[in-house]
This record gives sequence, structure tokens and C-alpha cells, in this order.
Amino acid sequence: MIKRFIVLLFLLALGLIFTQLLVEYIPDSELNLTAHYYAEHTAQDIGASNIVTAIIVTYRGLDTLGEVTVLFLTAAIVGLLLSKGNYKGKSLQRQLPQSGELLTTGSHLLVPLILLLGAYVFINGHLTPGGGFQGGAIIASAILLILLTDPLRKFSHTLIATIEATSGLLFLFIGVLGMIYAGGFLDNRLLPVGELGTLFSAGAIPFIYSLIGLKVGAEFSSMLVNLSETEGS
Amino acid sequence: MINLMSAMTLLFAIAMIGAAFVAIQVKQISIAMLAAGLVSLLASVMFLFLAAPDVVMTEAAIGSGLTTFLFFFVLGRVRGDKND
Repeated sequence: MIKRFIVLLFLLALGLIFTQLLVEYIPDSELNLTAHYYAEHTAQDIGASNIVTAIIVTYRGLDTLGEVTVLFLTAAIVGLLLSKGNYKGKSLQRQLPQSGELLTTGSHLLVPLILLLGAYVFINGHLTPGGGFQGGAIIASAILLILLTDPLRKFSHTLIATIEATSGLLFLFIGVLGMIYAGGFLDNRLLPVGELGTLFSAGAIPFIYSLIGLKVGAEFSSMLVNLSETEGS
Repeated sequence: MINLMSAMTLLFAIAMIGAAFVAIQVKQISIAMLAAGLVSLLASVMFLFLAAPDVVMTEAAIGSGLTTFLFFFVLGRVRGDKND
């Protein structure tokens, strides 16, 4: 009874805070100083049609490096925690029901298309909405579909780890090259900025975002594969 | 046009709260998972109304796609173990 009362009290307080925020909220009629700078200068300086990508990869590139590191740590910890059961599980051959015809056929049709969409999203990160993180998540969902169809399928851990490590290192390498040959760490003007709106424009952004996409996709996939290979059923 | 937009937003907000309520209250775990996925899906539509397509892709791919399927995946493993 008292527990419910406290929960209700907390909910009311939360509601009050949000109501106050909502009542006091006035939408900005014009962009603030930073946003104005980004809106004005992105097209000339960075050459990316998607301002969000320009901010994520170039203006705030260091933050992105941090995010990728956090994701890497998460994947590493999941792998560490789940690695204990890996070898025991193999002796017990699991008896799983056969995947349905619909799921098998559907995944054969959809997996290549989903992989293609993921690659499209991160290669075109500077032109269309989305980018490395979104594309990586889409690629991982294709891997999940494969695992749902055939839970006993083995993925090469070496391949996933190699893709992950190589793309991470190349990402840092491009960043350091930017420090030597352009304005600073992760500066995209390492390569010519090019014409706004074409695929090979915005300097190094397509390459950096493709590497991030591969890295994120490999990390999510390694988590899923680890989870699928643990003992327990 | 603005009125239509606010009406749609309100509709989606109510549907979101309803789906969240279903996710908490319902007894079957699988329906609760689907309802939680629905909350994410509706949230991604709300982000689209707020003109944030980048966030929409993340929310749709991770929130309603990967998470829901991961829940089902783990549910299958747990069921296989305990036979319940």
C-alpha cells in the first residue's frame, strides 16, 4: 500500500515537472548562434548536404569517436561475460524445432536487400538521413534474421573481429591524417570537398562514415552471435 | 494543415501511452514485447513529425527492430531451458 503510494507520488512529481517544462516552452523563432553557424557554413566548409552528418562526423568528430568507443566496450563486455559457456554448449547438441518455411524463404529474400540498404545508408550518410550508426544497426538486423532462421549457424569470430578492428584503426588513421594534412583531428578536408550533393563529395566523410558503419555493424553482430552461441538451451 | 498535424501527433501520443500501458499490464510476455516494440515504432513516427529523420532511423532500427527481436530470441532460449 505504502509502496504504491510512493510510486504514485513519484509519478505525480514527474508529471508536474514535465507539465511545467511544457507550459514554459516557447519554440525558437530563429536559429541560435551555433545552429546559425552550422546552417550557414556547412555547405561551403564541409560540403555535406546533411548538416546532421557534418556535425556528427566533422564538427563533433571527437564525440563520435567516444560513442564508438562506448559501443566497443559494450560489445567487449558482452563477449567477455558470455564467453564462459561457449565451449560447453557445443557438446550438448540442441534440439530445436525446424524454422518455418515462411521464415526461411523470407529471410533468403530479405537478407541481401537489408544488407544493401545498410550499406546504402552509411555510404550516403552525407547526402541522405542516416549514417554509420543507423547503417550498422540495419546490417546487424540482417545478421539477426540469419540467426533467427538458423540458430545453429556458426559465424566466424575472427572475421567479425578483423572487420571491427580494421575499420576502427582506419577511422583513427584518417583522423590523424587530418591532423597532419588538414586543419585538425578528423578534419574532412583531407580530400577535396567536391561538388555539393554528389557521392564523392564532403571530403573524407563518406569514408569515415563507412568505416563507422562497418565497425558498428560488426560490434552489434558480435553481440548477437555471442548471445546466440551461449549454452543454455 | 497545422491542425491536422497536431491532431495526428495527439493520436500517436495517445496510441503510444496505450501501447505502453498494454506492455505493462498484459500477462503474456510475447504480447508485452510486441507492445513495447510498438511504443518504439510510434515514437519513431513522432520523431518524423518533429523533422528528425536521422533519429527516426536509429529508433526504428534499434528500438523497434533489434530490441524486439532480441527479446524474442532470449525468450526462446529461456523457455527451451526451463520447459515452462
